[in-house]
Amino acid sequence: MTTSTEPATKPPGRPRRAKVRPGDRNFSWATRAAGVLILIVLAGVAAFLVREAIPAFRADPAEIDGGEGFFAYVWPLVFGTLVAAFIALIIATPLALGIALFISHYAPRRMAQGLGYVVDLLAAIPSVVYGLWGIQWLAPNVRGTWEWLADNLGFIPLFAGPASATGRTMMTAGVVLAVMILPIITAIAREVFLQTPTLHQEAALALGATRWEMIRMAVLPFGRPGLISGVMLGLGRALGETMAVAMVLSTGGFTWSMVSSGNNTIAAEIALDFPESAGIETNTLIAAGLVLFVITLAVNMLARWIVARREAFSGAN
Amino acid sequence: MTVDTAARTESTPLTHRQLPRRIVPVVLAVSIAAGAGLAALVGFSLPALAILSAVVFTVAITTVSGVVEGRRKAVDRLVTTLVYSAFAVALVPLISVVWSVLDNGLVRFGADFLNTSMRNVTGLHDQEAVEGIGPYIGGAYHALLGTFLITALATAISVPVGLMTSIYLVEYGRGKLAKAIRFFVDVMTGIPSIVAGLFAASLFAVLFGVGTRNGFAGAVALSVLMIPVVVRSSEEMLRIVPNELREAAYALGVPKWRTIVKVVLPTAVSGIASGVTLAIARVVGETAPLIVTAGFTSSINSNPFSDWMMSLPAYVYSSAMRPLSGSEPQPSFDRAWAAALTLVIIVMALNLIARLIARIFAPKTGR
Repeated sequence: MTTSTEPATKPPGRPRRAKVRPGDRNFSWATRAAGVLILIVLAGVAAFLVREAIPAFRADPAEIDGGEGFFAYVWPLVFGTLVAAFIALIIATPLALGIALFISHYAPRRMAQGLGYVVDLLAAIPSVVYGLWGIQWLAPNVRGTWEWLADNLGFIPLFAGPASATGRTMMTAGVVLAVMILPIITAIAREVFLQTPTLHQEAALALGATRWEMIRMAVLPFGRPGLISGVMLGLGRALGETMAVAMVLSTGGFTWSMVSSGNNTIAAEIALDFPESAGIETNTLIAAGLVLFVITLAVNMLARWIVARREAFSGAN
Repeated sequence: MTVDTAARTESTPLTHRQLPRRIVPVVLAVSIAAGAGLAALVGFSLPALAILSAVVFTVAITTVSGVVEGRRKAVDRLVTTLVYSAFAVALVPLISVVWSVLDNGLVRFGADFLNTSMRNVTGLHDQEAVEGIGPYIGGAYHALLGTFLITALATAISVPVGLMTSIYLVEYGRGKLAKAIRFFVDVMTGIPSIVAGLFAASLFAVLFGVGTRNGFAGAVALSVLMIPVVVRSSEEMLRIVPNELREAAYALGVPKWRTIVKVVLPTAVSGIASGVTLAIARVVGETAPLIVTAGFTSSINSNPFSDWMMSLPAYVYSSAMRPLSGSEPQPSFDRAWAAALTLVIIVMALNLIARLIARIFAPKTGR
């Protein structure tokens, strides 16, 4: 695609070099400068984070929050971040798959288009609104469910009681995150399902497949890489999401129980503590931010790699 | 249709027995009745009724279909039921979000809310309002102003940089630099918003001293999030400008940069404008970067280059998490919901505007 303008700019076998107009030169330099500026900004993000984080790595372990050094401080946060995102994915992935299939293959055509718009709009609702909904509506309403889990499945460490009296638990935060990433995964999954070649689907139906068999044989194999990358992007969003967790979760120290208060995520810890932090505490929070940056970077790279691998194959379709 | 074919091929059945179409509503009605019965046993509630009916229906339709139509059809019906129920389950939280924003937000939303700030409003006023002695006061004017200024500044930074970069990528860039820019724009898309906030906060701490918080720092943080979105959407739009247009301009001897400015950009302007609007809609609700860069205040601050500046998302956050009055938090919660409603209205309006721009200013296709 990049080379498509080439014939226009470099006619082959041009006898003489045309004079470069100053306007052309300035404009191309201006556009290049903008591109380089982006690289500088990104390098700046990394450089400033590292620069401000280094004191936290070097500091005397006793000075760090918790008194046992940076890594003892950060690992429960990393755990919380991963667990919240994991809960969100477990809930959101099957639902998103269902909704995407509903929109692409089950709903009447006219309704499907409207639903597509609605899903896009829901993806645009700011996270602070989801956070407000989570703390004021969801937490009181799911409290009973967590109590039931703690009473009946309390022998599993994840559901060990006593359940939180406010409902502001890791499970609730996970549910809010799931609701937030649902539109994102759905939008991508719907897009790839709609791109399934019609001939494959018609061939399956012509051979007598039921609708589900057609979906299983034609749609899902075609859409699997797209679905996986959608899930990974949702995961990236859930890992970096701050406000929903900061507002919904009643934070505290590390605990295995997902239905009592406690645990925290990196992003929420930064949002809650950064405004009032000073000195080495600021450095510690920035170092935690660096850890989060690295985790989300890895997840996003993996997602891009999966998408890119699919692009390599898509020429055959 | 199935009836005639079945009649014609009675000797060698090519078709399978099928359930009549109206079996679904019948089974559904029976399942709801059974669900109501079961729900009454465990203590009646609407969610219990819905869940139990859905479970009964799933089991019933699969069993009936399995007996009459065979295993393959039964699996198909099971999956259809699951897909429909996934959709129904997902509707619950999404409808609830929209409904609670409207229902709770409209309590305080109005001209008065949008035109007053929180200056000198204390918990005492809230207590008096709840007791009926005083009026409900306090609004989000300062936050609205802050959001407007910060977003406008972020747009002013991001759009030129993003647009020029996309022009570079589409019209000039090839080789290593373009590849690197494209890759790192992708990387930038995935930066968590709080990390962008930390970057701006530490940048301003280094430049202007530790603890510097102002609207401009917030705008820088938002730009980090907005630039990649602008680059990606403009790049896509510039790519679909047909090459014939560029070649026609070159053939007339128009310099390349004038071709870009006068031919390529006007052709793509509707798409670019709608992409920019969507990017604004995305950053206008960002909370985390603003609470670490712009801070909180209850007063009107119209200068983004000095002092703390409130924004709508930060207003929602602080009203919900730190009510003015500990004993009577409800007025603060009402304000949080009203601000959330304002925010949702802004985001929805921006999305709508983006669609309208894309539709109205779309280049005329066809000749």
